[in-house]
Amino acid sequence: MISVIFKHTIRFIFFIFLQVLVLNNIQFSGYVNPYLYVFIILMLPFATPVWMVMTISFGAGLLIDMFQDTMGMHAAASVMMGYSRSFILKLFSPRDGYDSSTEPTLHYLGASWYFSYSLLLVFIHHFTYFFLEAFSADELLFTLSRMGLSLVFTMILIFISQMMIYKPKDIRKS
Amino acid sequence: MRNLLRFLWKYSNFVLFILMEVFCLYLVFQNNSFQKAGWINSSNAFVGNVFTTANSIKEYFALKETNELLAAENARLRNQSLGSYAKYITTATVINDTVLKQQYTYIPAEVVNNSVNRRNNYLTLNRGYKQGITNDMAVITSNGIIGYTKDVSANYCTVLSILNKDAKISAKIKRFGELGSLIWEGGDYRFGLLQDIGTHVKITKGDTIVTSNFSDIFPSNITIGTVESFAPREGGEFYNIKVRYTGNLKNVTHVYIINNILREEKKNLEERSQHD
Repeated sequence: MISVIFKHTIRFIFFIFLQVLVLNNIQFSGYVNPYLYVFIILMLPFATPVWMVMTISFGAGLLIDMFQDTMGMHAAASVMMGYSRSFILKLFSPRDGYDSSTEPTLHYLGASWYFSYSLLLVFIHHFTYFFLEAFSADELLFTLSRMGLSLVFTMILIFISQMMIYKPKDIRKS
Repeated sequence: MRNLLRFLWKYSNFVLFILMEVFCLYLVFQNNSFQKAGWINSSNAFVGNVFTTANSIKEYFALKETNELLAAENARLRNQSLGSYAKYITTATVINDTVLKQQYTYIPAEVVNNSVNRRNNYLTLNRGYKQGITNDMAVITSNGIIGYTKDVSANYCTVLSILNKDAKISAKIKRFGELGSLIWEGGDYRFGLLQDIGTHVKITKGDTIVTSNFSDIFPSNITIGTVESFAPREGGEFYNIKVRYTGNLKNVTHVYIINNILREEKKNLEERSQHD
């Protein structure tokens, strides 16, 4: 239990720093900014209580807000995503339920399951975020196109991270 | 009341979600965000420290560009500094004397380009015809001769160095007044060759060589160098004298250009005599 908390704390810090120090500076083709930090929320174990998922999401979003000067937009989007996670998990739940000790991974329930799970959650996050941003930016179509491009890049990075963090060997063991 | 509490407990997640979202939206839509929630933007100490640390690492990768930028700025500032402006007003003092008529005026100049390692060496000075420079004016330093002006533009002139195949300076040994001509055979920039001094002259090492009275360009008795070594030429009538220049031609920075006021008069007179 302690090791699980420790592991997720390290991942939390790593992905926050990766986001604010590396990814926020990359900005593919000028304005597409991937938000890989949502991977923190995707990775949380199935058994994590909803209030904890939301608190972690809130903390992560607020930290990103601090670094980006986006004033609560990322926090609102992450909390939305964190709260939705329980419903999405319920929606995609296999017949015999989840093994509560594991985390959602590419190898656990297959690529198509993971893809729909992550795509839906990342879409909720990005939609909320860019919707809030559009309110202040006043360029709806442009914002939506940015959302789509960011979504694609975030998803690509999530799958790459998945493959780097969880090796098939580890899955077989657990 | 109990029912309300039970309701809240049952939907505690939803209540927490609503509370968090309301707080976030309050942050997003508050008007004067920077005053009301200064702790949540990038001006707080934590974010500032992270960015400062990241920047100090990033700076190492940008050192080359930074250096180039600074060099460019230095060049720009140097262009604006006083030293990069050529002085258009030069002080050439003319003294009116009823007994002695001034023949030479001295114009200070700076060397802006110089060479000593070619067979034919030239210098460039920051004086031109706007400052009264013409061709064939002597150029000297405080301790020796450099050459004479060759081409003149508005603000610059080139100097044919004594380290040049075409330079032939009329010189004499100060102690005896024996005349010779000084040339440069190339090679070492510190030594020249004085020819046409007869073997009957009892020169010694260290004798001073000065300019002669016959030169149109140089005033007489300006130090050129000292005798380094000498040997009779084949035939035995004249010496080949190796002269060590006293003026350091390699590191010369400040020179004087000498204007011979009476040169035109002398030249015209000589030409007329030759025509007759």
